[in-house]
Amino acid sequence: MLEVSGLDAGYGKVQVLRGVSLSVGAGEILCVMGRNGAGKTTAMKAIMGLVPPTGGSVKIAGEELVGLPPHEIPRRGLGYVPQGRRLFAELTVAENLDIGLMTRNRGAAVRERMLDMFPRLRDRLRQRAGTLSGGEQQMLAMARALCLEPSVLLMDEPTEGLQPSMIALIREAATAMKAAGVAIVLVEQRADAVLSVADRVTFLDNGRVKETVEAQALRDDPALLHAHVGV
Amino acid sequence: MDFGPYLVFASLEGAVLAATLSLTALGLSLVFGVMRVVNVAHGEFFMLGAVAAWFVSALGGEALGLPAWAGFAAALVLAPAAVGALAWAADRAILARVGYDPERTIVATIGLLYILQQLTLMGYGPEARPVEPPFNARIALPWPEWGADGFAWTWPWGFGTTSYKLFVIVAAAALLMAVWAVLSRSRFGLIMRATQYDRETAQAFGIPVGKVYAWTFALGAALAAAAAVLIVPIQQAHYLMGGDPLLLSFIVVIIGGLGSLRGTVLAALLIGMSDGVISVFFSPTLAKILATLLVALVLVFRPQGLFGAKTA
Ligand SMILES: Nc1ncnc2c1ncn2[C@@H]1O[C@H](COP(=O)(O)OP(=O)(O)OP(=O)(O)O)[C@@H](O)[C@H]1O
Ligand SMILES: [Mg+2]
Repeated sequence: MLEVSGLDAGYGKVQVLRGVSLSVGAGEILCVMGRNGAGKTTAMKAIMGLVPPTGGSVKIAGEELVGLPPHEIPRRGLGYVPQGRRLFAELTVAENLDIGLMTRNRGAAVRERMLDMFPRLRDRLRQRAGTLSGGEQQMLAMARALCLEPSVLLMDEPTEGLQPSMIALIREAATAMKAAGVAIVLVEQRADAVLSVADRVTFLDNGRVKETVEAQALRDDPALLHAHVGV
Repeated sequence: MDFGPYLVFASLEGAVLAATLSLTALGLSLVFGVMRVVNVAHGEFFMLGAVAAWFVSALGGEALGLPAWAGFAAALVLAPAAVGALAWAADRAILARVGYDPERTIVATIGLLYILQQLTLMGYGPEARPVEPPFNARIALPWPEWGADGFAWTWPWGFGTTSYKLFVIVAAAALLMAVWAVLSRSRFGLIMRATQYDRETAQAFGIPVGKVYAWTFALGAALAAAAAVLIVPIQQAHYLMGGDPLLLSFIVVIIGGLGSLRGTVLAALLIGMSDGVISVFFSPTLAKILATLLVALVLVFRPQGLFGAKTA
């Protein structure tokens, strides 16, 4: 579904990503791991076109995205849950969802589905997003991205700063999306949080892909994981 | 003569200034709020609005033989549209090219200020030209008085306003309401606000930030131009008339707090009314001195503005 190959990107003259390749198919969860500063967020932003790639290719269902204006990329079916949520804090919950719905002209039916999926948002539609609790904010960030009815969902550290019950809820949501045939890229630092739902894991180090392994292999042999993340 | 009638008269003068100032300052505030661009050329868009209004009404009167009210009505629509289109082009040709970099946009808009001023001088000339008001009946202001036969209305001589001045106040208020409705109720307003709060995330949700910027810049300029069309039957069009509105708009925006529509309108009322009252009772210069002093105090003690949120 999403094919990234040889992606180079950086900020100004500083190159951060060097030939990053990864791929994820429909109904599959790819976990991207790496230490702080490895370039995980930069990779997500480069896929979204927010950091313009200087080389390589990003294809969704065979269509090249590199070179499109940044606002066209989500319209091709990429939903993005940024690190730190990045809600429009001054806007209400309803307005944040509206922004997501507008991206691909989705209507009330999609919105209803999101509110059924995250019922706590329904009670807070008129509340300013910035005043939600951390967990509610993460739900809203996911709901906003799912309002696009994406075929590929990028989630950058969605479990950051959340308690276990909330992390479980995000895992469930990811599994539900996977079952619905969405291709999911899940950036994580903490293996325990998501390894159980991942299909494959790509390790990023210093802007390069170190290795991509089957998640099952990591689950069977925790020592392997330690070797990669180097905790 | 009583103090009361003077005060009513001064307040009406102040309200006319407050009305047009709210529109002009709101344009400046929107552009800064959404685009983070300090538009030094904002006063020139105001001036161009007045000059365009003169052209439209003169052309309508002489070439087409339209009555004054029709020429004015045409100017009220065409002048802001033309100035908005010019601003749209300036955004695409200049501001977008320098990547909306804060320092470079200041320099660029200073350049734009001089270009617009000189082009106007060359094309329109150094004269101040009046635009005929569409209607201008004198309205004497009644004043309640307890006389020998009890309560009565009196009409102190010389105190009055014109129907046109009242129209300016009403029209500016209606425009402000319309802008408020667009910002808070419409799809474009939502997109504008999202862009203002987080440009990058807005792009990640399909918002064409470049287009939003160009339209915001056009809207900001059109608001200044609309204010100028309203004021030009009272003030005359001149190529150097942009200086005062620019200064006063900056004062209003600093006092009101950036990006807050409510703050901008309240600050414009404060500055406009006090300017009117102080000018009538003392002198216009004192009014400007006090306003500038207030700005200095606000900058020192409440940098987020009197009515702004405390986040800045
Ligand atoms: N806006 C920016 N300008 C310049 N350099 C940046 C910028 N954002 C990130 N970088 C640099 O790029 C590198 C990769 O950062 P990135 O945010 O992609 O890391 P990450 O893997 O997401 O880390 P974390 O786990 O802490 O979120 C870092 O060295 C960082 O300093
Ligand atoms: Mg990151």
